[in-house]
Amino acid sequence: MQKLLETLLIGISTGSIYALMSLALVLVWRSTRVVNFAQAGQATLSTYIGFEIASRSEIFWLGLAFAIIAGALVGAGVDYFFMRVLFKHAISGPAAVVAPVIATLGLLGLIRSIVGLIWGGEFKSIEAPASKDGFTIGQTTIPFSALNVLIIATVSLILITLAITFQRTNLGLSLRASAYAPEIAQLAGIKTARTRTIGWAIAGAVGGVAGMLVTSYNFLSPYSLDLLLVFGFIAAVIGGLESMVGSVIGALVLGIGLTFILNYIGTSLVFIGGFAVLIVVLLVKPDGIMARGKTRRA
Amino acid sequence: MSGLQVNELSVSHGAIAALRGISFSVQVGQLAAVIGSNGAGKTTLLRALSGLNKASSGSVQWNKGEILGARPDALVRRGISHVSEGKSVIPELSVRENLVLGGIWRRDKSDTNAAITEVVELFPILGQRMSQSADTLSGGERQMLAIGRALVSRPRLILLDEPSLGLAPIVIEQIFATLDQLRRKLGLTIVLVEQNAMSALEIADTGIIINLGEVVASGKASDLIDDPALRAAYLGY
Repeated sequence: MQKLLETLLIGISTGSIYALMSLALVLVWRSTRVVNFAQAGQATLSTYIGFEIASRSEIFWLGLAFAIIAGALVGAGVDYFFMRVLFKHAISGPAAVVAPVIATLGLLGLIRSIVGLIWGGEFKSIEAPASKDGFTIGQTTIPFSALNVLIIATVSLILITLAITFQRTNLGLSLRASAYAPEIAQLAGIKTARTRTIGWAIAGAVGGVAGMLVTSYNFLSPYSLDLLLVFGFIAAVIGGLESMVGSVIGALVLGIGLTFILNYIGTSLVFIGGFAVLIVVLLVKPDGIMARGKTRRA
Repeated sequence: MSGLQVNELSVSHGAIAALRGISFSVQVGQLAAVIGSNGAGKTTLLRALSGLNKASSGSVQWNKGEILGARPDALVRRGISHVSEGKSVIPELSVRENLVLGGIWRRDKSDTNAAITEVVELFPILGQRMSQSADTLSGGERQMLAIGRALVSRPRLILLDEPSLGLAPIVIEQIFATLDQLRRKLGLTIVLVEQNAMSALEIADTGIIINLGEVVASGKASDLIDDPALRAAYLGY
């Protein structure tokens, strides 16, 4: 019973970080129709900047704030300087679909190399903002710690802020309208290109938070967030790639599922488990768990 | 002359000329019906006017200012609203959100709310559906919502692409009566693109008949209705 509970709690904590990455990918996919592999690179760069600030100031939250700002700027920059140019040049033919995705892969490599040049390849760590020691209930100590609580709280706060922004503000309405129907949005007076860049900035900021949170209980290297990208992507697919709510649910399902595999079966099966979930979802419900009867019009 | 003036407007889709030097004008407060069969270039014309399509040559003036080459979001700010083909609402958004969208670029939020109230007075059925998703609306209601969204931006010129498409005759009648009313009460200038020639010409001041990207006849709507040669050739009744 206790093992079940702690597995569930750790699963939620892990899944909540996947949720941020998954959300970042979905935000970009919805607005731009690009699976943004560079999201991991953007998050890595933002996290290194956050790491630099956090280790100099010894204040994790200041580092997080800088990671958010850096993430937003890098995200906006990728859209403004890369995507806009790409879409202008490769308007038609098969290249139009493939070129941006390949470009994001290239960008991922590029950012990783730059990060490696500046900070080197060795592992760095950030002082966690809360204790990593598990809570003690009666005689036993469970792996669930104050840091996990803080992670869940931080992610919840971000999700609530995003939900309010998207559902209750004009910016959110512009973002949704531009993603669903760019032409109608433009006819309604929305500057869709600018709105899309704002969407990329939000995705970048959210990715930056994910990077900082992962690093708070792990280490940081130019490659340390790759796994986060993979799991974030799987979660996004589980959620149907279109739905922000779906991506969060997908991430929680994945986080809890993988923690169960880890605790009950073994470490060696975690990767396989992740991909098994992905394949099962793609085979059984390719539109994701949130899909209703009919598919959304492109 | 104020109003809309289209001079020698040409648009090409790749190598194909969709519009070949179209010219016509619409005075402020008038309703012009652009009539033509499928593929005549009607939709292309509206899309060029609202900035969705690029023109290859010509000029378009709205109240003496050149509008050709401007982006749609800029033209909305100059009082031009385009209700594009096929009930241009966003099904994923609620009815209210679709209406709010029409005024999203405006600074005066209280006037946007006032405009939404006016739209609901015009189309009471929308008032009962405000929090429903636009996906749940009937075809006629969607068209009302699309026109309503355009009205919320307080336009002076409305470009309407086939509002009658796929609607029952009684609904078409209601929508056309509303357009007639909008022109009379608000002094809106309307360019109405239609295949439904008779209904459109009945409420129009002027008619422009286009075929294969060229104007083949234009003039007072009532004269066009009475011209037996045109009726036989282009109006199909």
